[in-house]
Amino acid sequence: MLDYLLSFLILTGAIFTFIGSLGLARLRDFYTRLHGPTKATTLGVGSLLIASAVFFSTRGEGISLHEVLVTLFLFITAPVSAHLLSKAALHLRLKSLAALPEEAVQKNIGD
Amino acid sequence: MLNVVIPIAFALVVAAAALNFWRLLRGPSAPDRILALDTLYVNAIALLVLLGIHLGSALYFEAALLIALMGFVGTVALCKYLLRGDIIE
Amino acid sequence: MHRLLPHPILAPALAGIWLLLANSLAPGQIVLGLLLGWAIPFFTLRFWPEAVRIYKPLTLLRFTAMVLLDIVRANFTVARLILGNPQRLRPAFVIVPLELRSELAISLLANTICLTPGTVSALLAPDNKSLLVHALNTTDPDALAATIKQRYETPLKEVFEPC
Repeated sequence: MLDYLLSFLILTGAIFTFIGSLGLARLRDFYTRLHGPTKATTLGVGSLLIASAVFFSTRGEGISLHEVLVTLFLFITAPVSAHLLSKAALHLRLKSLAALPEEAVQKNIGD
Repeated sequence: MLNVVIPIAFALVVAAAALNFWRLLRGPSAPDRILALDTLYVNAIALLVLLGIHLGSALYFEAALLIALMGFVGTVALCKYLLRGDIIE
Repeated sequence: MHRLLPHPILAPALAGIWLLLANSLAPGQIVLGLLLGWAIPFFTLRFWPEAVRIYKPLTLLRFTAMVLLDIVRANFTVARLILGNPQRLRPAFVIVPLELRSELAISLLANTICLTPGTVSALLAPDNKSLLVHALNTTDPDALAATIKQRYETPLKEVFEPC
């Protein structure tokens, strides 16, 4: 039973990690590429870390929860990096498939 | 069961890392490369965690935590550089 | 009270993080964690200008549960979009006007937006009045902005700001 749970968590994690990177390689402009790594990769690695916590907690050496710390940290930092990256991209006026909201960018970043 | 799943997971994560590497080399813009590098950090964490489960050793956790911290700081520093042309003002 | 314990929420959070890092619940570690949780806010007081107050803890709990579920759901949506035909994506920039005033609430909202339904927060106006959001696939930007406001901003406003 436990084996099935662990296998499920590990496989979901690995598949989502892969899909995140696939998005990074496949999509056509920077702003859409940003979506893959921030969401899919974060959840994928989160699920792998939970699998690790379950694995080490059930080996009879007491509960192991420090993986939760990395998960928490990733879930807090991934959006921050994404926000900063898109801010930098807007600052550099990278071309985008969607129309750039020119006046908002002008007013907010200035030069 | 785990013996079958873990190699598959390794293969998927390594393929993901290869895709990131391709994006890192190809660009075309600086933010693209930074994003690829950031994702590569996260994939390194995934590989370390898998290795930890595979070997049944919790030793690799500290390395994963350090990569998470340093990767985030590195990404923020690089973005700051793009935004301001300077890291420390 | 206020002088001795400047950040009543930060202290237990730091203690909890210490216990997770040490990966043990030994009494010594608990005491050390509480000590660190009490001391660190003192030395970093200048980085925390506004004290955090939670007005409705229950709403916060419900909000957290909802966001966790939404993260999982958003991941399936994004995975489907990535695996589908990239030519058919309809990305768009959406401006979401903000009613939140507390800085913590705004950053939480931005983080939530990044992790949930196919959107990434891109730019916060310098006067904190609006947030620029990039959506991976949307046909109706106004409806998206309305959803974000109603689903995520309203509970955050209730939790962190007095009515």
